[in-house]
Amino acid sequence: MKQSAVNGKVPISLVINKVRHELDVEPWVTLLDLVREQLQCTGTKKGCDQGQCGACTVLIDGQRINSCLVLAVTRDGAEITTIEGLADGADLHPLQTAFIEHDAFQCGYCTPGQICSAAGLLREGRAHTRAEIREYMSGNLCRCGAYTNIADAIEDVLRQRVSTKEAAE
Amino acid sequence: MNRFEYVRPDTVAHAVKALADRDARALAGGTNLVDLMKYEVTRPSRVVDINHLPLRQIEPAPDGGLTIGALVTNSELAWDPRITKRYPLLASAILAGASPQLRNAATTGGNLLQRTRCYYFYDPSTACNKREPGSGCSAIGGVNRIHAILGASDGCIAVHPSDMCVALAALEAVVNVEGKDGKRSIPFSAFHRLPGSEPQHDNTMLQGELITSITLPASDFGSNHTYLKVRDRLSYAFALVSVAAALKLEGGEIRTARVALGGVAHKPWRDPDAEQALSNSPGAP
Repeated sequence: MKQSAVNGKVPISLVINKVRHELDVEPWVTLLDLVREQLQCTGTKKGCDQGQCGACTVLIDGQRINSCLVLAVTRDGAEITTIEGLADGADLHPLQTAFIEHDAFQCGYCTPGQICSAAGLLREGRAHTRAEIREYMSGNLCRCGAYTNIADAIEDVLRQRVSTKEAAE
Repeated sequence: MNRFEYVRPDTVAHAVKALADRDARALAGGTNLVDLMKYEVTRPSRVVDINHLPLRQIEPAPDGGLTIGALVTNSELAWDPRITKRYPLLASAILAGASPQLRNAATTGGNLLQRTRCYYFYDPSTACNKREPGSGCSAIGGVNRIHAILGASDGCIAVHPSDMCVALAALEAVVNVEGKDGKRSIPFSAFHRLPGSEPQHDNTMLQGELITSITLPASDFGSNHTYLKVRDRLSYAFALVSVAAALKLEGGEIRTARVALGGVAHKPWRDPDAEQALSNSPGAP
């Protein structure tokens, strides 16, 4: 049974953007604060810090999750992907390219969370229509109101994937 | 957030032992507890991380129903083929709540134990009998658009915010808990409670008990059901009012009806009068 003393740190191991980190973490530190403050991966944004805005969305073992509500110690052993880890070397992730092409942001603060969330949505494979994209992206708020273009960008990638799959069959 | 001791047990027995401390709290998905700790509404001396307990299975129950481990996430449950096929009312209620990210983290046990979303409960600068017994209720006479219209008391008008629990009430699920004195099973209708003079208690679990699973009875209301949720936004908002309704039809007539309301009381609200009026009545007007 792993245990910390009061004020004690807990040793954990996390793979973040394909790099393994052995870390000593205070148990009250959220995954969001860990990646931003200790690992300097500041692409993941702190919006509301209450699980309401989705700006802090990352992928944990492939699943999109609000990193502000996760105590890092509870995910010992997990693989985390942040916005910094989505591109394949110099090649942007198709969602990143689509967000640029569709001008799917204004201030850009919600964008890393929007893109990580959309990556989770694609992996889940449950969104097939624009209405479903909107419903399954409801956990990501954009106070600039770029929703129309965000939905366009995701719909575009979804359609590319369907046509690539159909071509392969 | 306050400083606390962190323990990560591997067995339910160890978890129960660690939870015996009065100010210990079990942590699973964290989607409500971590939030409450940030607001310092909850200040545990010890956090018991139960994520490594073997409570992640959905298994057939002896009577033909299903037993759902306390750590099954809301997403896993809502999309499990056994649930979508046999208990679609439960699947639609879960998908009406929160966001995909939150459902990926939130667990079955945690959903039952989530605290109210009353604004004053989350604001330690205001009076709240649920947060600080005896301090008063700021919601009575305050901003209370999302508050109780049934079963409230002079001391608390908070509501239970869950969508999933409204379906579980209609389906008559059973909550299985384990504590230092052993295991027991609590019928869903006896799990959450009305506020009365002790609104600090959301449910009838005893100090130190842990939810290990819930059981869905074999009787599944799989064919005729709906979960309707009225809220201020199209999606991702707590219910102003919701209803889980399920019917068993026989030759075009309603034989049995189940009606449970959400967002209206301190607990999911079964409506026996409506159920009785609908039962043994013609299915169509």
